[in-house]
Amino acid sequence: MIDYSEENKILQVEHLKQYFNIGKPNEVRAVDDITFDVYRGETFGLVGESGSGKTTTGRAIIHLYEPTSGKIIFDGQDVSKLDSKKQKQTFRRDMQMIFQDPYASLNPRMKVKDIVAEGIDINHLAKDDADRSKQVEDLLETVGLNKDHSSRYPHEFSGGQRQRIGIARALAVQPQFIIADEPISALDVSIQAQVVNLLKKLQRERNLTYLFIAHDLSMVKYISDRIGVMHYGRMLEIASSDEIYAHPLHDYTASLLSAVPVPDPEYERARVQIPYDASQEFDDKERSLVEIVPHHWVRASEDEIPMYKKRAQEDSRLKK
Amino acid sequence: MENEKDVLEVRNLKINFNTYAGSVKAIRDVSFDLRKGETLAIVGESGSGKTVTTRSIMGLNSPNAVIDSGTIMFKGQDLLKKSRKQMDQIRGRDIAEIFQDPMTSLDPTMKIGKQIAEPLIIHKGMKREKAYAQALEMMKLVGIENAEQRINNYPHQFSGGMRQRIVIAIALVNYPEILIADEPTTALDVTIQAQILDLMKELQAKTNTSIIFITHDLGVVAGMADRVAVMYAGKIVEYGTVDEIFYNPKHPYTWGLLNSMPTMDTSGTELPSIPGTPPDLLDPPVGDAFAARNKYALKIDTEKQPPFFKVSDTHYAATWLLDPRAPKVTPPAPIIERQKHYAELVHQEINKSKGNHVEEQEEQL
Repeated sequence: MIDYSEENKILQVEHLKQYFNIGKPNEVRAVDDITFDVYRGETFGLVGESGSGKTTTGRAIIHLYEPTSGKIIFDGQDVSKLDSKKQKQTFRRDMQMIFQDPYASLNPRMKVKDIVAEGIDINHLAKDDADRSKQVEDLLETVGLNKDHSSRYPHEFSGGQRQRIGIARALAVQPQFIIADEPISALDVSIQAQVVNLLKKLQRERNLTYLFIAHDLSMVKYISDRIGVMHYGRMLEIASSDEIYAHPLHDYTASLLSAVPVPDPEYERARVQIPYDASQEFDDKERSLVEIVPHHWVRASEDEIPMYKKRAQEDSRLKK
Repeated sequence: MENEKDVLEVRNLKINFNTYAGSVKAIRDVSFDLRKGETLAIVGESGSGKTVTTRSIMGLNSPNAVIDSGTIMFKGQDLLKKSRKQMDQIRGRDIAEIFQDPMTSLDPTMKIGKQIAEPLIIHKGMKREKAYAQALEMMKLVGIENAEQRINNYPHQFSGGMRQRIVIAIALVNYPEILIADEPTTALDVTIQAQILDLMKELQAKTNTSIIFITHDLGVVAGMADRVAVMYAGKIVEYGTVDEIFYNPKHPYTWGLLNSMPTMDTSGTELPSIPGTPPDLLDPPVGDAFAARNKYALKIDTEKQPPFFKVSDTHYAATWLLDPRAPKVTPPAPIIERQKHYAELVHQEINKSKGNHVEEQEEQL
């Protein structure tokens, strides 16, 4: 079980705002004031449509962007305020990322072994060349690749295999926290399950924490302990994955869940998609995340709270 | 044509790709039919040959593809024997395709009205005004609002879901006999995906187009398909109606696929996955290509390729497990659950038809 105590927070995102083209006509509020915590050893799933700001959130956390405002505290330290080279290097080792696009995230001119070992080299994690090769081979094997793939180039691999190289690269520096941005959407069903099992196994063995960004809701539910639902740069709902699927409180969450295809023809024939009217998010009411029932948060205005409380008592709107 | 309802008949298709490393046997003896107005889903992993199969139907395989054998019969003619010019005539008129990525399948420098009207001008020799009028109709049909204004927009002015609607409009503007949809919703969000799938079903009901739907998402298959063909390592390993494949699967690979996809109810520490990776088709294994990853594999699987065994008139599976001499195996628990459900469905079906029968008799009396 995950320890949800104050001391066990590994990541705190506080009122994060990430705007682009500030002050220009094309200003984009990609992430607009979101607050959430991630606890050591858990998997926090971030779901939402494209454009909802989930990828930007991930990138801001790993400090690829300087936040417009707000704070990101990782392991007790504000990531915008890492001064020394050593602090930065430790942060970059502790937090790794698996990217969305396996075609763009591997250097086409590097051999697989050098891609995977880059972090090992920078952080001096290998004793000698033999150890380096051994580590690379082990990593490739862990992610389901063959060890004689190590001297090939990325273009010789399929999208799925490339993604696994990316995972091996992230694992190479023995991180504590991995941001996985749509890590399996490029993989085949049978391979997805392998990779998800692998991620879970690694989590158990190494006490890893994941921020799992995805749009495949059934996989997110399976892998995540808690889930945050984002829309238009805002966090609309946070709850445990079972709770969010059993009792989606926000209309958007219910709509999103009702759209997930299920591998069951009878269910599909009877599917009813719950429509969602996004205009309710833009009525100028003051809204913030409110804990409606314990550990279940919804973005609500003062006058909506009783409605959500009542909804939490009712049966799920999604049919079984 | 064996069956007059068939619009397409693929027989014994074998396609190799010449590469520096040798000849990749991408399609290893594939046969299937496509019926009028149906949706046939082809599922399988990447590299299983689903895209190569449909590319051959379209005549779009890369130059290093070698057709080893087979026929693709469409309207009494073998598409594999057509010249490039002849295929140009068929493509976009009789057979159209929508591709996975709506971001790259439209011309960014051409107004969308022109892109939708183009197939009409090229294939039907239609005058510009008439073609544009029809393009406008098509845009309305696929649900693009303010079509009159938007006809003069460029692709970048549309969202991903809207672009895929435009791609569908282009594909369907000539009311093709066959629509090939290669992962048409994979790049889209679930909510948009649901809309696009509904749109495709709705348009199919109107136009009676036959659809070959390629996907790896079994959830989408369950919602879209009338029949399903499961491909593995360049072969079809099982095919049947959507209910037969989802509720009464017989091939261990189909079991593995169904099990490895979590549903909203799946929990537990380990997701049942298929171990290993698909075989290298440069040198395909002797016998059943799935044997190496199959815990139900028999000795004969490594020696001889299994033929298709008949499960029902519409359902066939290529696995030695269906041979009468094979030992009886217990499928994974979730599959047994599915099969139980199938038994109920069949039972209901029988009762229903019995009921109808009695009513008919009563009427006659």
